[in-house]
Amino acid sequence: MKEFDVFTIKSIYRDDFRVRGYQFGEGEKTLCIVGAMRGNEQQQLYISSRIVKRLSELESRGMLDPAKEVLVIPCCNPYSVNISKRFWTIDNTDINRMFPGYNEGETTQRIAAGIFSSAQQYSCGIQFASFYLKGTFAPHVRMMETGFEDVGMAMKFGFPYVVIRKPRPFDTTTLNYNWQIWNTSAFSLYTTTTESIDPVSASRAVEAIIRFLGVIGVVRGGSAKTSVQEDQGAGPLVVHDENLLNLRADCAGFFETYVKAGDPVRKGQLLAILTDPYEGTEKSRITAPEDGAVLFMHLPGLAYADTSLFRLIVR
Amino acid sequence: MIETIASVELPADEALRIRKQRIVPVSLTDPDCGQGTEGSAGKEKLKRISIVTGIHGDELEGQYVAYALQQRIRRQPEALHGIVDIYPAMNPMGIDTITRGLPDFDLDMNRIFPGDEAGDMYEHLADAIVRDVEGSDLAIDIHASNIYLTEVPQIRINILTQRRLLPLASTMNVDFIWIHENATVLESTFAYTMNSRRVPTLVVEMGVGMRITRGYGEQLIEGILETMKGLGMWSGRTCPVRKPMISRDPQDVVFLNAPASGLFIKNLEAGANVHRGDRIGALVNPLSGEIIQDITAPCDGWLFTIREYPVVQEGSLMGRILRGKEYHVSMQDRQEENI
Repeated sequence: MKEFDVFTIKSIYRDDFRVRGYQFGEGEKTLCIVGAMRGNEQQQLYISSRIVKRLSELESRGMLDPAKEVLVIPCCNPYSVNISKRFWTIDNTDINRMFPGYNEGETTQRIAAGIFSSAQQYSCGIQFASFYLKGTFAPHVRMMETGFEDVGMAMKFGFPYVVIRKPRPFDTTTLNYNWQIWNTSAFSLYTTTTESIDPVSASRAVEAIIRFLGVIGVVRGGSAKTSVQEDQGAGPLVVHDENLLNLRADCAGFFETYVKAGDPVRKGQLLAILTDPYEGTEKSRITAPEDGAVLFMHLPGLAYADTSLFRLIVR
Repeated sequence: MIETIASVELPADEALRIRKQRIVPVSLTDPDCGQGTEGSAGKEKLKRISIVTGIHGDELEGQYVAYALQQRIRRQPEALHGIVDIYPAMNPMGIDTITRGLPDFDLDMNRIFPGDEAGDMYEHLADAIVRDVEGSDLAIDIHASNIYLTEVPQIRINILTQRRLLPLASTMNVDFIWIHENATVLESTFAYTMNSRRVPTLVVEMGVGMRITRGYGEQLIEGILETMKGLGMWSGRTCPVRKPMISRDPQDVVFLNAPASGLFIKNLEAGANVHRGDRIGALVNPLSGEIIQDITAPCDGWLFTIREYPVVQEGSLMGRILRGKEYHVSMQDRQEENI
């Protein structure tokens, strides 16, 4: 393993800004893994650290092909991580809205350019992504429908779901989109949490990636069966984002849930209730309109009216 | 007449309401004068202008315009011949909490248009806003740069819409019209959405975030009234309007990005004419007490943007120069009575 600075900026008020890279193998640029892009992405950083640890162990045991190069960038934004702020410290811009970047532009454009100049050289790219709504996810691989997406490869992770969605205008400046446009097969991996760590979900993500590395020949001698679906012989379900059922709150209140992300649900099943924040009375019941599974669930607690509470995969 | 165009219930005894003020001609007797309302003659439809501001909660220049424009119209109500809709706060929670984006979601509201009626809370609100403004003969979306930069009054136009918008922009009494290239990411903006729905929409940038520059506000109001006059919506008094500089070539605009992190001490204000080598400011280090680098003009031109917030990181924008241009206020060649 080689550790190096992917990108740096000097500061007069803080320690230098450094984006660190961990390189395994050298030669064929096979896979780049990008962890926390935002300062609140603790789970994404946690998974990345576990990947670095796992790859180091595999490398020391001679189980990585030394001619295939893997780059792990655990954190693109340490400044924001260190103050628990989602976006860029001074101007609140989002590095993941700055790709492919511009090395003579504004600060976050330069950071994006610095990261992308390294990341775009790889055949495959994985990003541990997060959602703007606060909630939990069933583990899944998400990809944008750019015409370059490789659904077959996405299924190799062994996650239960592969979600494909049409890019919107603001997506064109994300890492995932630009990876695809610049000929890197790109995958966004979602696990359960963002602002807290979930070691179980993280372990599953690590195993999924090791499995994927086995498929693309980085991990030698194959890899152990890792996912529930693989063990059970069931393949991932490929779903399109526009086919997800979006259950919104019909009123505001405390959102109290009876299921969790990833759970299967039956038509008519009570999923949650909304209660009055002052009087405790039940204001609304949310039931499953169809058989399916919970892909996304809003965090329990206060919820606004019209907010997305559940996204269901309908069987 | 104040109307609520969209609302959403919040958890703790409050609703988020997006409201507008509708001003109609005094000659109009029908109080329910919606889109396409007929005028007093009973035959022709009244024109409608929508003044929109407060999409970014930290930009307040438009708040003054929303207030003072109403004051001007009220002084000569008989001169109004169309409908004026004023939307002062598209992002009311943001304005009230000094938050640029949408509070609690950390989203830029100007990246969620056209919205979605069946979407999440703010997408739903964005959809309602678009539907309400739709049908206007002109919309003006007033911004105030951000808290970091001061801009001279200017209108920014996507190159795809210049043919339609330039004649309208030219009477808005701004100093500068910047015709910029199309960018896919901007397709999520309010202005792009409205223009694509055949509502001519001008984006005004002026002043600086979290402040009101009264002179700029008054300048823009004169331009709005003059433009309304051109549309047959206003017959009251107006001032002569400025002849704007117009930039169509992307190479015209020189960006001054910080070569290093530091504290930017400016020497010049927005609107200054500069010559190559002129000192625009300096990057200094308060810890060492040394100058990191003098920031000088890389070319002759007109400094139409200057950094206001002094702390910069490598790459932070410190200013913009319109290359090779010198600006002196001149009025358009027309006969007008003064106020």
